[in-house]
Parts: sequence; C-alpha cells; structure tokens
Amino acid sequence: MKETRDSIDDIWGSRTGYEGQWPVRVDERIEEEPDHWVQSACVLCSNGCGMDIGVKEGRIVGVRGRAEDRVNHGRLGPKGLHSWVANHSQDRLTKPLIRRNGKLEEASWEEAMSLIVQKSKELVQKHTASSIGFYTSGQLLLEEYYALGVLGKAGLGTPHMDGNTRLCTATAAAALKVSFGSDGQPGSYTDLDTTEAVLLVGHNMASQQTVLWTRILDRLAGPNPPHLVVIDPRLTYTAEKATVHLAPRAGTNVPLMNGLLHLIIEAGHINQSYIEAHTQGFEELKKIVSKWTPERVEQLTGVPAEKLLAAARILGTCRTLVSTALQGVYQSMQATAAAVQVNNLHLLRGLLGHPGSGIYQMNGQPTAQNTRECGADGDLPAFRNWGNEEHIKELAKLWNVHPDQIPHWSPPTHAMQIWRYCEQGSIKMLWISGTNPLVSLPELDRVRKIIQQESLFVVVQDAFPTETTQYADVVLPAAIWGEKTGTFTNVDRTVHITHKAIDPPGEARPDFDIFVDYARRMDFRGQDGSPLLVCTWKTPEDAFNAWRECTRGRPCDYTGLSYAKLTGGSGIQWPCNEQYPNGKTHLYEDGVFNTAIDYCETYGHDLETGAPRSHDDYKLLDPQGKAFLKGSDYEPPHEVPDEQYPLWLTTGRLVYHFHTRTKTGRSRALNHAAPDGFVQLSAEDAARYGIQDGDMVEVESRRGKVQEPARIGGTEPGLVFIPFHYGYWDKPGRPRAANELTITEWDAVSKQPHYKYAAVRIRKVNA
Amino acid sequence: MNLAHYIGLLENSEKQLTEAFEYVANKHKDEVDIEQVCLKLSAWSREHHGRIMPFVEKYSEDHESEPASLKRDLFTKKRRGSLALLRDLHDLWLLTQEAQLCWIVIRQAALGLRDEDLKSCYQFCNTRTKRQAEWLLGRIKQAAPQTLLVA
Repeated sequence: MKETRDSIDDIWGSRTGYEGQWPVRVDERIEEEPDHWVQSACVLCSNGCGMDIGVKEGRIVGVRGRAEDRVNHGRLGPKGLHSWVANHSQDRLTKPLIRRNGKLEEASWEEAMSLIVQKSKELVQKHTASSIGFYTSGQLLLEEYYALGVLGKAGLGTPHMDGNTRLCTATAAAALKVSFGSDGQPGSYTDLDTTEAVLLVGHNMASQQTVLWTRILDRLAGPNPPHLVVIDPRLTYTAEKATVHLAPRAGTNVPLMNGLLHLIIEAGHINQSYIEAHTQGFEELKKIVSKWTPERVEQLTGVPAEKLLAAARILGTCRTLVSTALQGVYQSMQATAAAVQVNNLHLLRGLLGHPGSGIYQMNGQPTAQNTRECGADGDLPAFRNWGNEEHIKELAKLWNVHPDQIPHWSPPTHAMQIWRYCEQGSIKMLWISGTNPLVSLPELDRVRKIIQQESLFVVVQDAFPTETTQYADVVLPAAIWGEKTGTFTNVDRTVHITHKAIDPPGEARPDFDIFVDYARRMDFRGQDGSPLLVCTWKTPEDAFNAWRECTRGRPCDYTGLSYAKLTGGSGIQWPCNEQYPNGKTHLYEDGVFNTAIDYCETYGHDLETGAPRSHDDYKLLDPQGKAFLKGSDYEPPHEVPDEQYPLWLTTGRLVYHFHTRTKTGRSRALNHAAPDGFVQLSAEDAARYGIQDGDMVEVESRRGKVQEPARIGGTEPGLVFIPFHYGYWDKPGRPRAANELTITEWDAVSKQPHYKYAAVRIRKVNA
Repeated sequence: MNLAHYIGLLENSEKQLTEAFEYVANKHKDEVDIEQVCLKLSAWSREHHGRIMPFVEKYSEDHESEPASLKRDLFTKKRRGSLALLRDLHDLWLLTQEAQLCWIVIRQAALGLRDEDLKSCYQFCNTRTKRQAEWLLGRIKQAAPQTLLVA
C-alpha cells in the first residue's frame, strides 16, 4: 500500500503558505499498483476535486489527485482518499428486487421494469401523471438529471419532481435567484488565493469541504493571510481559526447579518456609485437594517456588541472578500432571507465580479448544482423561468412536445409537498433514486409511516441496501461513481468529467441507462409521433450534447464544452462558449445581472410569505439587469425551548461521513474514524444533568427520541448538537438518527426544511 | 358622512380575516406551511384591526354595525379531504378581497379628508392585505391541479 499522507488523523495535510498561485501537492492512496489510471473527480463534497482512479484487473485499487486541476491542484481529503473502497463492498445491490408477499425477492430487469411501466401506465390513465412523483439525489450525474428532467417533464408531464437537494442546496439556489435573477455562483475558488477576508456563515468548511479549507489554511500560513470572520453557534475547527468568531443563538442569522450590514452602512463603508448603478432597493434595505443596532443584536443573538463591531470593521474595510454560506444558514429559520443578506453585503460594497471577491452559496452535495441546472428538481432546465411562456415554448420546441405538456401551471412541487401528497394518497407512485430519505428527512417517524402506506408504490434505485430500500416495492440496483461516465459541476461552476473505470457489480446499471430504458418502454413520443429525445439517446455523451443545446444563450452556457475538451486536463467553468472558450472565471464582471424580465429565472417571491410574484408584478419593478437588495426583519423560530423541552438541538455533519453514510459508512477507515453518533453538550449542561463523557444520553423532542453517547464541550450552554445522517443499517439496536427529533417545516421561499433547531430535553440513561 | 359605515365594514373585515386565518391554520395543521403562514397572516390582520380602532373612534358618530353576512356562507365545517383545503383557501382569498376593497374605498375618503394618519394607515395595511391575497393565490394555484385531478 502506498499512502502519501494519513488523511484520517491529519485531515488537511501539511501546510504550504502562499499567495497568488496555490502550489501543487498530489495526494495519493493506493492499495496496489494500478494497471492504468482513469480520469474522474470526487463526488463527496461540493468542492469536486479532480482525481484519477487507479484500476487493476477490473477493480479500483486507489486514487490520486490531479495536479493540473484548477479546483484542488492535486489535493484530496479523507473522503476522497478513502470512500472508493465502498464500490467493492460485499453488500452491493446486484439484482433487481420485487416485493412479493411482503418480501423483497430477486427478479430480472425485464420483470422489474415491466412492473414499473405497467404501474405507471395504469396510474397515468386513471389519475393523470400527477399521481407519479420523483424524488432524486444530489449524487447523480448531469446526463442522468437531464434524462430524468426530460422524461418527467416532457414524457410523463408530472409537476412532482424534486430530491434531497431540497434538503441541502435549495436555499443556495433561491438566494442567488432572489439577488441576481438566476441561479449560478458569481465567484470562483481562485478568489481564495488573493482575498483579504473570508466570511463563513453557518459553514463549517473545515469539516464539510476539507480541500477548500486547506486552500484557506495555506493562505493563513502564507505572507498575507486573510482575516477570517466565522459565524457559527459551535466552536468548530473552522471557528478555531477565526480572527473573529460570532456565535449567535439558534435561529438568529437574520438579525446578526442585519446588524453587520447596519454597521457597514453607518460607517460609510459602502460603494455608493456601485449601488446606484447596479442595484435596486437600497433605501428599503437601509431602513430595515438601521433598526439593528449592536446593542439590540447583542440582546437577541447573544453576540457581544464589540465582537460585532470587530467583524463589521473587517467586512467593511477589506478590499476583496469571499463569503460562503451553508447549512447553518440554509437549514435554519429565515433561510433565504439570511442567505440573501450575504449577497447584499457584496452588493453594498461592490465586491463581486473580480478576482479576490466571490460568493459561494455552497451546496451540500457535489452534483447538486446539476439538479438545479437540468430540471430534475422543481426548476426548469438551463435556468428557465416557469412563469415565462416564452421559456416554456423554447423547451417545448427543443423537446418536440406541446408547451402544455410541460408542467408550468403553478409553482413546482417541492420535496416536502411531494411527501405530503404521498401521505394523503394523491401521489401513488414515488420513484426514489440515489438517496435515503428514511435517514435524511426530518421527523423520521412520520416519513416511515408515509412510505409504508398501502396506497404508495415505491421504487428505489440505489447501489446499496439502505433504510429506504427495505420499504420499496421495487429495488433497482444502480451503478455508482467509477462505474459510469458523465459530468458534474461544482460550486464554482467547474464542470468535470468522470470516466467509467470499472464495470458495475452483477446486474447493476447506470442511472442513465435505467431512465432511458423507462422512457423507451413508456414509449414517450413527441408531437410528430417520433420518439421523445431520451429514446434516441444511446450514451451519456448523446445526452450531454443535447444538454449543450438546451443551455445555448442561457446563463449556464455549456455550448463550448465537450467530452473531448473535458478529458485530459482540468475541469472547466461555465459559461463556456464561443465567447469564453476556456470558461469564465467570474459572473457579473460588468455589474449586469440576470434580472431582465425576458431572461430572469424567476419573477421573485415575497421573502416573508414565499408568495411567488407574477410577470405583471415584475414588470413594475423592471430591474433591467440591476441586482436586488432585499431586506428582512427578524422572525422568531416556530419552536423554542420551554419548560418541558428546555434545550436547543442543532445538527450537522462530520468530516468523515457523507449523506446518510450509505457510501462512507462502508469504507473501513472512515467508519472507524467516526463509527457512531453522539450528543455534544456544554460542561455546564453536563453538570446540571449529571452526565459524564461517554454516558448514554436520551434526547427527546415532541416527535421522537434517540440515545447517543455524550461528548462534552465545544458548545454553548443550552445548546446540544447531534451529527445527522447516522441511521440504522449498520446499527439497528438503538434509535440514533438525529432526524427522529427534527421538525417538519420549511423555509417559505426555498422550501428547505429546518434542521437546525428543535426543542429537546435530555436525561442520562442508566445502562 | 358615511365614512363610519365603511370603517365599520373594514374593521369587521379585518376581524373576520384574523379569525379566519387562525381557523384555517388550526383546521389544516397537517399542512405545515398552511398552519405557519396562516398564523402569521392572522397576526397581520390583528395588527390591522388594532390600527383601525383609532379611526373607528374618530369617525364613530354615525357608526352602524355591519352584518357579518359574508362569513356565514364561508368555511363550512362539513368539508373534508383535500378539497376542503382548496375551498378554505378560496374563501380566505374572498375575504382578503373584501378587506382590500374596503381599504380602497377608505383611501378615497382619506384623500378627500386630507387625513394623513388614515392615509398612512391605508398605505401600511393595504400593502399587506395585497400580500395576504398573493400568498393565498400562489398556494391555491399549487393545490388546485392535484386536488381537482388526482386527490
């Protein structure tokens, strides 16, 4: 075995201080010397690091970073270096399964697909396509999402398509749309190489994007280290490195951000000419934030006024700034409103569209950007606007269907509503691909009851047996990363190709093949009777080429990209077209945003109620390329601690695991590093409840209970933390999924569920 | 002067809206967004009602009580299933239209009277009444196809 570094013990590796160009360091871990290397990229966090897969005799034997890749310059994190082992895990699903007499039994693909097709046709005939829903993943590839988007929207014509990206990146997309008129990240990861300051809001980057964090650590070790402002209620690895760490109470991101904006405006640290030339709504924003004096912010959020002032000084005076936000914002109260305040900070200071300044509205999963781009979730492909008839006509022309075939008559159905329709029995078939809602959704007890309903026919397409597959009526074995070819796009718009390195085990098939097979069997046809697009796609490359056409002239223009161009070197950023043959580093360089009425992806929402705005309302605003400054006042969370449930619960991810541990839990090294959940509590609370480190603690909310071993320290009194995504497949003995406790509710605009707060009580369990 | 008549009508409308939003929130607790947004919108109408009260007093000399006739036909308790949600939202929307029309009528009077306080009260409340209606319309559009075609 060859290992260039021990990423389990030393998560980020050695330091190379720098400013300007991040030096190369190739991380590698192989168990045997490969016959050959196959180009790929890592799918286990939103960074999307370029990597090669080492193959020997048809098996993956290791990985190494790609030195030439613009995203990671050769580095890999613990998940990248270790999780490929899961491809060869003994319990992979290798044959389709069908439930017969209450038991899942092996079946042929022919039997499984025929059953699904028969059921689909029956339902469409009896109840329309609105009786069928799709719940997909943030783990598929662009071509697969596009295939799914086309078959769902143009083939079946169901409005019920979404996925677990609703749980992780919906707010990122919503916030970008609110401020800039369309999805798409303005900045680039290269901004970190020179920036003077970094703001991390609700984003524990050290754990969630280890390689991106390495880039910051290396800057901190270099000649001109940036200032770091970290907003997080916990003292995380990230917070430990902060110049200023602000630890607000749960659910108070908006007042905190308002307080910062107020101080910056008051100090005159704003770019007045930029605001006048390129934005709309300044006076109203100013009025809202002016109420949030440091004293008032301190009272509500618990953040000392002098710390707020120190943070505002950094954020107000830096000449370049990178800001990032993640689940601490997206899964908390007023998610979209808070994420938008981060955008506002950059607009007020004119800090975007040039090197050193960027905003990363982060994604939880790497290929999540592609769900949003391709229309496998509620959005329409290539950032088209469901309220814009012309955009629908473009798609209809592209797909050769009648415009009304494409569901666009109301706001797209979001994931939580899809589950609600299942609960009520109006969605009668739910097709789940590449995800595990029985661990990841809030209020698991409720979800378990929904999925077991007689009225619901459940198809689950996955690579491993999960908490969800056990409730399926049909299980389809899927190929995963390394076993199929396709592309995906990370947070700074870098598109990578991942080539097939090995065959999938048994009869497992790529999700792409499964979707295309379904479309063919359903015999979807266009207006002139010819088979619908997906039926003519033979390979993922065909789908990619079709996708390029779909993006022509849209903000996410892929027309300059091809499989050939993506193979051999680095990933490439979109837009990539004739004008930008090597991709474009920054969006909005000229201060012109995607808000023009014919171009924008959305007509916007009421930030407080979530009500969608109409074309006519938008006409009155007529932003013509100006960005929106949108303020919000504070709204208290819907559940707060009381006498019965006196503590706040918050949740998050650990560095060694990824989405419900389906894959990372099957890597021995990663599993060994973090085998179990825990409840983290302050020393004060531990003393009050008579709890010692390692004691088993029962945590109970109004919705359920879990038992977790105690871990003391690193959190404020009154707040307990449990890592989510520990489930039952490898430990069925005790309730331990944090989502037994979390609340069913969501942000008004992005519809992302609130995982970051719930009222709980704890007690020591006598073993 | 008949202004008191309309202010009474408006006061009654906002009171009905307050109660109706709360009623729908409680009735459809299983629809999480309905419960939460309706409670919020109920609070908005409660605040509107409070803001109207000074004008009720100010212009009270001809005050007649207004019938609550509109409400009687709305929100029948017998409705069940997903159609009930759609119909309840429908009725809420009608109530917001009633309130909004009252606001428009009163604004005309406020302009004639040059009553700056009443004007600014209109400004604040009417905008939010419009937002109430917009939210209802968006939610109705979402619920309608599923309710009418599938459920």
